Amino acid sequence: MKVLAIAFKNLRRKKIRSSLTIGGVAVAVAVLVSLFGFDAGYQRGLDNDIDKLGYHLLVTAKGCPYEAATLMLKGGGGLRYMEEDIYRKIIADPRIDKITPQLVSSVYNQEGAEGRGAFSLYMGIEKSYIELKPWSKFKSGGWFSGSDVDEAIMGYEAAEVEQRSAGDKIFVAGINKVLTVTGIFERTGTQDDGILFIPLATAQRIFELPNKLTGIGIKLKDIRTIAAFEEDLFNVPGIQVVSLAQVRGTILNLVSSARAMASSVALIAIFIAVIGVTNTILMSVFERTREIGVMKALGASSVDIFKVIWTETILICVFGGAAGVLLAVLGSNLVEHIIRQALPYAPAGRLVFIKPIFLVVSFISTVVMGLVAGTYPALRASLMKPIEAIRSGE
Amino acid sequence: MKTCVIKTEKLTKVYQLPAEQIQAVRDIDLEINAGDFIAIMGPSGSGKTTLLDSLGCLGKVTSGSLKVMGKEVSQAHERTLVSMRREFISFVFQDFLLIPTLTAAENVELPLYFARKPYNREKTIEVLKKVGLGHRVNHLPKELSGGEKQRVAIARALATSPKILFADEPTGNLDTKSSQQIFDLFRKLNKDDGLTLVVTTHNPALGALAGRIIYLKDGKIVSREESSLYA
Repeated sequence: MKVLAIAFKNLRRKKIRSSLTIGGVAVAVAVLVSLFGFDAGYQRGLDNDIDKLGYHLLVTAKGCPYEAATLMLKGGGGLRYMEEDIYRKIIADPRIDKITPQLVSSVYNQEGAEGRGAFSLYMGIEKSYIELKPWSKFKSGGWFSGSDVDEAIMGYEAAEVEQRSAGDKIFVAGINKVLTVTGIFERTGTQDDGILFIPLATAQRIFELPNKLTGIGIKLKDIRTIAAFEEDLFNVPGIQVVSLAQVRGTILNLVSSARAMASSVALIAIFIAVIGVTNTILMSVFERTREIGVMKALGASSVDIFKVIWTETILICVFGGAAGVLLAVLGSNLVEHIIRQALPYAPAGRLVFIKPIFLVVSFISTVVMGLVAGTYPALRASLMKPIEAIRSGE
Repeated sequence: MKTCVIKTEKLTKVYQLPAEQIQAVRDIDLEINAGDFIAIMGPSGSGKTTLLDSLGCLGKVTSGSLKVMGKEVSQAHERTLVSMRREFISFVFQDFLLIPTLTAAENVELPLYFARKPYNREKTIEVLKKVGLGHRVNHLPKELSGGEKQRVAIARALATSPKILFADEPTGNLDTKSSQQIFDLFRKLNKDDGLTLVVTTHNPALGALAGRIIYLKDGKIVSREESSLYA
């Protein structure tokens, strides 16, 4: 028989109360782990998305920077257009390694998303687009047969969802056009997977936007020239330049409110759990006043009593921590789903990325939390005077 | 010559309440020798339990001298009192006060655990057999009758091989038959093993077992008598 056994047996005495307290701790830990996981997953996903953009800078029509950021990553949003002339001027700059013009348009499809209606994204591109993204490989088929033809290349997911293969014809509902699928890209893990690509000139024609672009992607020969390059473009009227670092910052700003919210929820959950543990143990100490007095009469020192009570708290937190860690791992899909619904922009890939270190850190913090939560009740118990404690119930 | 295990001089214990002071025991002069069986009797509120608690090193006394096993403990630090309780003293209470989550055997082992003394189940069972509960080793207190609980409590008190056993109204919650078993056990422990017993009781039959009866009234010793039955 050890302190551990005494403490454990006592927790089993009030099973419901102990379970509820352990449950409270578990929820707090699960929230904490999920929050860590979300933070890591989101940043990783975002970095991955940005890496896979292939370009350092995106030149867009002047407008809201949030729109631009969304456009850069998602290819959608409320769109503004710039003149194709700007592209022709910039292209000659010797600092540019690769450059690609693009025209994005979205078409509302009433039949989309299982009849609920959805936007399909079309992006007009030129061959330079895949030069900027060397990982974009064809799963089947190939490039368009000309520069202005009614043809499309589908992103992996877009083809998957619509069950298309190369050679099929697709109907663009909003503008009554039929396009022939010439190729399907392999999965890239980015937003490109959901896009339908058409030749730039075709896009300008069918969406009735002659000589217009929504963006120009630019990769520089030397990333260190980016500041000077941006500065030069700053003087060109009607456009703005968005760099990778800015996009990353902007997106992280967008989610920072969600993160702050989640952090405060986690903090509150932990706070409530700590109070819950303290309350439970304190209650159990008061209920056992006479028992504690008897233990002292039997030779237990204050330290012995402190250890027994402290061990009970730690046990609650160890069980709660373990359950919470398990809950977070098992529930990560659900959390992922909820967060995706709530966020304005979510990068591709897993959003909640639970690293083993998060589990370890959360578990250890829970035990530390137990030490803190248990100190007051343990102190109260250890300072009880044997006579008063034993005679308290008489 | 008998060894003196407890000696008090003008032992006084005052409880300080918000409104008043209560002198629970006053000017107690007492000498208890090894092997004595002493009953403390008196009406309720006469200070029996306070005197027992004080002699048993459960708390500091207000004034006077208290020597237990030759050591002055009247103003001793809690740490000293703990080690006195571990080494020499055991308690049995009126309402048994077993730890409800522990089995009979575990309850018996508890004081050994706190005293950092070695224990093993065989010895524990022996002690339980001594109080006639060899068949109740793994029972929880709630599975035992009142008399059995008190006998587990006595086994618990015997586990550390104490020099003095204090019992506060040990038969106060028991029927006649169970009380008789406790009496027999006490008599045996005192006669055969030479254990020093200090017992508070309202029960004249238990008092009659003792070698010496001390009557308390309002915290003072009003009379002492040697029991005729004891001889």
